[in-house]
Amino acid sequence: MRTPRWFRLPFWLTFAFLYVPIVVVVIMSFNASSSLFVWRGFSLEWYVEVFRDGALMEGLGNTLVVASGSTALATVLGTLLAVGISRYTRSGLIRAFAIAPALLPDLLLAIGLLSLFGLVQMTLGLHSVLIAHAVFSMAFVTAIVLARLSHVDPSLEEASRDLGAGPVRTLLRVTIPQLAPGIIAGALLAFTLSLDEFVIAFFTAAPNTPTLPMVIYSMVRFGVTPEVNALATMLLGVSLLAIIATQRLTRITESL
Amino acid sequence: MSAVATRSTRGGASERSSRRWAAAAFLGPGALYLSIFFVLPLGLIVSYAFLTRGRFGGVVPEVTLENFARLFEPVYLQVIGTSIGTAAITTTLALLLGFPTAYVISRLPRRWRVTALILVLLPFWTNFLIRTYAWIILLNDAGWINGALQGLGIVDDPIRMLYTQPAVITGLLYIYLPLMILPLYSAIERIDPALEEAATNLGASRWRVFRTITIPLALPGMLIGSVFVFVPSMANFVIPELIGGGKSLLLGNLIRDQFLKARDWPFGAALALVLTAILVILLVLQARAAARAEGGGARAHS
Amino acid sequence: MRIRRSAQAVLALATVGVLTACASGTANDPIDTDADITQQSLTVSIWADYYPDDLAERFEAATGVPVTIVNHTTNEDVMAKLTTGADSGIDVAFVSGQYAQALAEQGLLAELEKSLIPNEANLFPEASELAYDPGNAYSLPYAWGTTGLCYRSDLMDFEPTSWGDLLNPVAELSGRTTMLATERWMTLPAQKYLGFSINTTDPDELGEIRAQLEATKPTLLAFDDITFYEKLVSGEATLVQAWDGWCNYAIAEDPNVSFVVPSEGSDLWVDTMTVLASSQNKEAAMAFLDFILEPEIHGWVAENILYKVPNAPAMEALDPSIIEAFPNMGITPEELLEQEVAIDLGEFSVEYSRLVTEIQAG
Repeated sequence: MRTPRWFRLPFWLTFAFLYVPIVVVVIMSFNASSSLFVWRGFSLEWYVEVFRDGALMEGLGNTLVVASGSTALATVLGTLLAVGISRYTRSGLIRAFAIAPALLPDLLLAIGLLSLFGLVQMTLGLHSVLIAHAVFSMAFVTAIVLARLSHVDPSLEEASRDLGAGPVRTLLRVTIPQLAPGIIAGALLAFTLSLDEFVIAFFTAAPNTPTLPMVIYSMVRFGVTPEVNALATMLLGVSLLAIIATQRLTRITESL
Repeated sequence: MSAVATRSTRGGASERSSRRWAAAAFLGPGALYLSIFFVLPLGLIVSYAFLTRGRFGGVVPEVTLENFARLFEPVYLQVIGTSIGTAAITTTLALLLGFPTAYVISRLPRRWRVTALILVLLPFWTNFLIRTYAWIILLNDAGWINGALQGLGIVDDPIRMLYTQPAVITGLLYIYLPLMILPLYSAIERIDPALEEAATNLGASRWRVFRTITIPLALPGMLIGSVFVFVPSMANFVIPELIGGGKSLLLGNLIRDQFLKARDWPFGAALALVLTAILVILLVLQARAAARAEGGGARAHS
Repeated sequence: MRIRRSAQAVLALATVGVLTACASGTANDPIDTDADITQQSLTVSIWADYYPDDLAERFEAATGVPVTIVNHTTNEDVMAKLTTGADSGIDVAFVSGQYAQALAEQGLLAELEKSLIPNEANLFPEASELAYDPGNAYSLPYAWGTTGLCYRSDLMDFEPTSWGDLLNPVAELSGRTTMLATERWMTLPAQKYLGFSINTTDPDELGEIRAQLEATKPTLLAFDDITFYEKLVSGEATLVQAWDGWCNYAIAEDPNVSFVVPSEGSDLWVDTMTVLASSQNKEAAMAFLDFILEPEIHGWVAENILYKVPNAPAMEALDPSIIEAFPNMGITPEELLEQEVAIDLGEFSVEYSRLVTEIQAG
């Protein structure tokens, strides 16, 4: 069946909705004033300022470490868990349990984890933020992979085993490729959520390892300046370039 | 190697044992991780709900059910009701926008699909606070939208958009829409277009195909996406504050205020348990429905 | 209320866990006035941009103690972090007065060793009679000020003088005012307007305050304690309840903005410096507090942050042009002390939380 024509409208509406505020963020990054709210003329000063701001750069570095680490951990654990749940359990409660961390309010997870870390006298640092982010990220991966697993055809795996492939090989060669779109969607979501997470990071980070959102929130009292917009605009630019490059590459490989 | 051999030679008992080993290998690591870093912290929070607030904050070990009794005060019931209503509207809107979007993405040429997903998520790589400020710039009385409307002579006086309930719903929809699109994509992408096509060729109307094939197969994604939007919408506290002007509260504000502002952890924990209960009920319902749909889905395949 | 025995046992166990965590957090390291502080290092938690940029370097140059400065967003955030029982790794925390009181009451603060803080003598005498910590046993004031009305004089045809101008606004101002959202400050205008103490624990008075705020809510643009001065500058709001220092940011952006302390009176808030009981570097921490109280450092705060500091020589040395541009910088300690100091109300805080929830949710 071809995509119903009227689906196109909500599709474009969604993208317009998602990007309108981003356009505002980009425009305000060129604001000559230090205000995020009042336009006072064009300037590039904030793009210079970003690189001078050591705290912001340090925060960005910490955030990238946490986001990639927690995504990797969450994707592996979450995928295994999803496969395990769909194969070996029938209980709705176990599913609910595996997905619940995605939905628990961040503040509860934050305070609960900090209490736990306190109880076992664990030293805080980037690793504790990474562990904490993996908790909710993993649940998102599990949920999304599970949504896909419900349609995976078990006969393919049986066929693979009957043809003599071991369980590990069947997993890598048959199961995972079938699940790939779900795994990719889950990993992307996990990375995105970790990148901009504030509450849990604030509670579980050591004082000297602030993540980017922590640095930005600490600016609230004296007014967040457009340098944050400038940073966001550059990240956006780099991401878009990377996407275009990947598109080109896939087109080349496909044409080979 | 052995899997086939074992099965054919010794059968029964050893197959069950290898199945148990496989189950442990898949479920073990995740279950262990969640037990330590989710169940234990949650257990600590739950225990606070049965204890007493210290005079100056903190928790005193006097066991009480007082915190649960307080939940039934009208003001808290009212907030819980408002939160459920707000979350329900947000979820419905997210489904209406998210389903077609996920559908279109899943029918794009293969190499565009991941790109489209990344484009859905890219706005969220921008800091939450400045994205929210952007909405304020757009929606306020002296903001860009009102400016444009007045400039074009469509309205004389600015329309009050910010600090209203619809603004709160817009803000929530904005941040949680991807949580609807991604699970939907994951489920829809799997539906074989040939299946839908075959049904159409057999003379089924497009609507009938959609209703009897597409929706049932997409159901697990729709359900989990809805839970993903519904629960966080109740638990958000920044949107009501910045976009709603603090003039209405969601359950998330109550929980945050008890933990941070009032330093009343026991009552905050009791409120959190309400949210957790709603969350568990929804998840179990979702899992049941998904399991049923799976049965239906399997039939549709065969 | 009664709970079954087995449940009680489980809870008791959980509680023991929680309390062990709390107790280990306060394992006290006694102060040794002869300790070699160069062997120590410090972690200081303070609001961002609330201190000289090179504070860490200057302190290390003066004392040989390396300092890591970390930022918190609000009192509430840092309080939660300090009270969970986990080792926060923080030696010195900057929090507002009533929060310092609550921390001290929970045994989380170290008593200050005044022999290591000779610069305390620079403080105005008024700065040692503050209700949340009389005699500054656990905290030293860092900055202080009051709460008032911050407004756009060019958009108003009269000068506000009373909390009533905010609480019962004239028709033109309806929908163009904001009030602070933090509980004790949200109730302040009504308390002063009705002639009550800001620390009142009288249920009848609380009822009257509720009635006033319920009447005020429909006239408000928003409850806001983050972006209210930006709302003033952008013209979204005309009259807002504001802390004096924050109003100065709006004045710096737009000279049409003015500040007034309403005639009914207001509060005296204090941001303080405290040393945590869990700190292993208390002597260095005391030296840090002492360093801040040097007139030169403390004066920097006043001139750059536009907050008043309770340091006599620092305020005497203040550039007169600053007071000219930001008149509330000229409020004297005597005038400030006429205002009321908020204290933590213990169990009664719960009533304030409920009141504020009722207003916001209603």
